[in-house]
Amino acid sequence: MIQVQNLTHRYGDRTALSNVSFEVRTGEIFGLLGPNGGGKSTLFRILSTMMVPTAGRALIAGHDVVRDSAAVRRQVGVVFQTQSLDKALTVEENLRAQGHLHGLRGVVLNERMERAMERLGLADRRRDLVETLSGGLRRRVEIAKALLHKPQVLLMDEASTGLDPAARRDLSRHIESLRSGDGVTILLTTHILEEAGRCDRLVLLHQGNMVAEGTPAELRARIGGDVVVLQTADTALLASKIEQRFGVRPVVRDGEVRVEIANGHRFIAEVVEAFPGVIESVGLHKPTLEDVFVDQTGASIE
Amino acid sequence: MSNFFLAAATLWQRELVRFWRQKSRVLGVVASPLVFWLLIGYGSNDLARFYSGALVLTVMFSAIFSTISIIEDRREGFLLSMLVSPAPRSSMVLGKILGAATLAWVQGLIFLAFAPLAGVSIHLLELIPVAAAIFLISFTLTGLGFVIAWRMESTSGFHAIMNLLLVPMWMVSGSLFPMSTAHGWVKAIMWVNPLTYSIALLNHTLRFPNAAPGEMESLVVTAVFGLVLFLASGIMAAQKATHSAA
Repeated sequence: MIQVQNLTHRYGDRTALSNVSFEVRTGEIFGLLGPNGGGKSTLFRILSTMMVPTAGRALIAGHDVVRDSAAVRRQVGVVFQTQSLDKALTVEENLRAQGHLHGLRGVVLNERMERAMERLGLADRRRDLVETLSGGLRRRVEIAKALLHKPQVLLMDEASTGLDPAARRDLSRHIESLRSGDGVTILLTTHILEEAGRCDRLVLLHQGNMVAEGTPAELRARIGGDVVVLQTADTALLASKIEQRFGVRPVVRDGEVRVEIANGHRFIAEVVEAFPGVIESVGLHKPTLEDVFVDQTGASIE
Repeated sequence: MSNFFLAAATLWQRELVRFWRQKSRVLGVVASPLVFWLLIGYGSNDLARFYSGALVLTVMFSAIFSTISIIEDRREGFLLSMLVSPAPRSSMVLGKILGAATLAWVQGLIFLAFAPLAGVSIHLLELIPVAAAIFLISFTLTGLGFVIAWRMESTSGFHAIMNLLLVPMWMVSGSLFPMSTAHGWVKAIMWVNPLTYSIALLNHTLRFPNAAPGEMESLVVTAVFGLVLFLASGIMAAQKATHSAA
């Protein structure tokens, strides 16, 4: 449904996106995960036809986002990170104006609006001014707006940023029902691990480069076994000693030494034994997407 | 084609609804030129002389106020969804400019209600050319605002242009002193300043004596200036971005 081929974008000297390629299948929920400044927003702007890439190309439903942007715009619904609602208008007025921009009117538009408001639980707020709505509700209005023209693809930029956990769960429920109920393909950008974990497949972006691709489970499986996190006064020293003694490559980050290793519980016993009094605290967990990101880039997402 | 007008009409309507919901804006836009006019007019004992200038200032403030919102609106606002909709950019430009021009026009008409203070009495039939002239000036100044705002990254840049370009442009347009008494290079600037012709057009339709340049000339220059700005707005808005304006 979405094909990204060798996409590169530069802002002057700064490379924001470097030779990125991936494919999103029909009906997938696909995530672009990475820290702010990783290239997600640039990719989002290109796919939503707002910006022309420096090199490479992208196709949505078979249409080139640059040469055939009008066709792409008819197939794609866009949910912006920053709001694209008119706060001085009501929910209904915002939806109606959006419908008009897509050439919808009359009975057809009214039906679409009813359906969109109903499925996003906005029917009783239809006459409220957008400025009086909570962040979670506004985001739902954004989605309702993006769905009016029945797009095959929904692009969402940091859709859950700024929402409280309840609104976030609510949002992901709506996203899931769009996919299963309407077969909409969804591409979302996020730096929230929990949200990324719910995607079918993910691409990890770091400094404009694609560092990994796969399902959340596949990505986690790249790190065999466990992650052990050690706190100590001199992290660099401990890391080099561990490397010498155990033949593993620890990562030092945020004042911690992280070791990816099979049978972490045994390693903990050995490492504490080996360096008595040096280690201040020890943690053990199964790999998360954050660990995958750290493993691939040495940097952190959040 | 019908989609073109549907999109333009919905934007036009949006401008009006927004305006209606923030009625205090009218006060802000009309009040300062009114106070300015009354002070300078009573002070110099010549309200009539500064009337057209003050009316054009009202229209200019309104046009600036409406178009400055484009800068924020395209970063986080309704303009964003317009940019990714299949509606042609030209319909967006038309809707926005006509909407903002209508608001400027309405505020110009409110200012027109104070014409009797300047000793001008307008008969009902004479109202038509006056209202038409005010609309044309509103359209032109809105186009000017659009062209300035479209490329702007921040509203502070617009304020700088307003102070360095728009307000001086207004000062040497015949609003404060007529072209006939101006000297040297100021006179030359007045002659090339499109706003001079807007003020003159208004002076003609209000039947003020000694309005210069001539009526036809003023009408043509104002209309052509407006058309050029409108086309320029359309061309600028249709260009594809390679940087992040949003």
